[in-house]
Amino acid sequence: MNAHQSLLTGQALPSFPAVAPDPSVSDAMVRFEAVSKIYPAHRGKPSVRALEAIDFSIPRGSITGVIGRSGAGKSSLVRLINGLEKPNAGRVIVDGSDISGLAGHGLRLAQRSIGMIFQHFNLLSSRTAADNIALPLEIAGWSKSDIAVRVSELLDLVGIADKFDRYPSELSGGQKQRVGIARALATRPSVLLSDEATSALDPQTTRSILDLLANINRELGVTIVLITHEMSVVRQLAKEVVVLDAGHIVEKGHVADIFTHPRQAITQSFLSEVLGDAVPVSLSSRLQPQPGPGSQAVIRVLVRGMDGGATLVARLARELAIDVALLSARVDEIGGQPIGSLTLGVPANDAGATQVLAYLSQHHFSAERLGYVA
Amino acid sequence: MSLDLINLIVQATWESLFMVGVAAIIATLFGLPIGIFLATSRKGELFAAPAVNSALGIIVNATRSTPFIILVVAIIPFTRLVAGTSIGSGAAIVPLSIAATPFIARLVEGAIREVDAGLIETASSFGASPLQVVFKVLIPEALPGLVLALTLAVVSLIGYSAMVGAVGGGGLGDLGIRYGYQRFMPDMMLAVVVVLIALVQTVQTVGDYLARRVNRRLRHR
Repeated sequence: MNAHQSLLTGQALPSFPAVAPDPSVSDAMVRFEAVSKIYPAHRGKPSVRALEAIDFSIPRGSITGVIGRSGAGKSSLVRLINGLEKPNAGRVIVDGSDISGLAGHGLRLAQRSIGMIFQHFNLLSSRTAADNIALPLEIAGWSKSDIAVRVSELLDLVGIADKFDRYPSELSGGQKQRVGIARALATRPSVLLSDEATSALDPQTTRSILDLLANINRELGVTIVLITHEMSVVRQLAKEVVVLDAGHIVEKGHVADIFTHPRQAITQSFLSEVLGDAVPVSLSSRLQPQPGPGSQAVIRVLVRGMDGGATLVARLARELAIDVALLSARVDEIGGQPIGSLTLGVPANDAGATQVLAYLSQHHFSAERLGYVA
Repeated sequence: MSLDLINLIVQATWESLFMVGVAAIIATLFGLPIGIFLATSRKGELFAAPAVNSALGIIVNATRSTPFIILVVAIIPFTRLVAGTSIGSGAAIVPLSIAATPFIARLVEGAIREVDAGLIETASSFGASPLQVVFKVLIPEALPGLVLALTLAVVSLIGYSAMVGAVGGGGLGDLGIRYGYQRFMPDMMLAVVVVLIALVQTVQTVGDYLARRVNRRLRHR
């Protein structure tokens, strides 16, 4: 009877988005099954639907980015994975066990196989680097001698062996995060959750921390979940991405696919962070809606994947015999695929612009005419 | 000042130190856990028990708002029950401990609440039990604040201990009132005040030093 009933409840759950059988389910390290999280009304504040009908899985051994603006539900998502909060509906499966159904000692045991690093490091100011790394081991009841051996391995792994006796107040941000990473890995977890771990660091330190995470993923096979609002983090490190917006998953898949063919406005906006303002202000301020005498049509072309954006200007000039001016260009790489935008100036007379646009669409570039400049 | 009077002062100082010392230990024994509980038992916290928290809060406030001299007199039957007598330094320890316990509890609560909630969550996310959070995170992280709280409590106890003279508690306060005030011996009064000031200064200096020593948020090297 019970099985029948739960089946019925299961069917009653909201069906957005349509749940297709996920081929990687058996190989999922973290799996969300129709998860919703609602914070009840509290002291006059209305209730908040932080996450709704969340269905996705994070492949074992992957580096998966979860990207969203603040308030998108990222924090709730992390806290559901490490069992600090319970979903109102659905299940969260981590490494084969339903963490949303655990409590007390069982939950604490499961939490030891989930490491976590934080934006503000969350190191104990009263403990040295080595003793901070030892904390989860003490909690797990390791012997003093085992702890000593493990801690020195970890200090070497994150490259701060010489800082073992320093207190957090004596360490730089990057060094603190290295301690945080070592601490998170201490109990040999199968998942490492990174909650905005580089948001408080400068770009150079961010880079070195991301490199360290990539090494750890490669060498230890730890599944890494990057929760972030920064496109640069996803771009540098993640292979898979989940885009969260207002409590819903709006896109998910391989980083290169998602960002070379963004379907949602939010994804587009993350992409434009990488590409910057595609049109420089000096150009956009001079844009006219109608062509004037001797003016140029301004055409923006989106370059994505291996579609030959790099040679585009030369090809236009050669094949159409039109003088193409390169007004601005920004090409970057996401998930190993080049992506960028070019702003071209072509003569507005003689139907030059029309010809160029026709050529571009024929070759499957997405392009638009922004206007004209004198 | 005669040798007799100096002997009186020395003896009274020992009595005061004894009362204050023992009362501080007893009050810490009770006040520390009560304070930690107060700091961790509101809704959604580590040992969430909002009803017990409010009840305990009311008791603590009631004890703290009772003037000390009234408390001393009001609990005389209880003091007699515990100490066998209601007179003397030993008996004075009972009201001193009872007055200092809620004081310490509130100070401890404040110091524990200063600990970044993110650290509690961090330890919990590593699978720490609530007691592990208390002993591995809350107490070590709040230690500088706790040391200052205890220092403040001892200083207050030195002040209270001067009042128990009124009910035959002995100590420096008693000496000051009986000799300095009632027998009108200004030099005795001055000596007692000087010793009290020296005691308070010493306690505060030592407390500040220890609090700095255990504070790893500061750079030491």
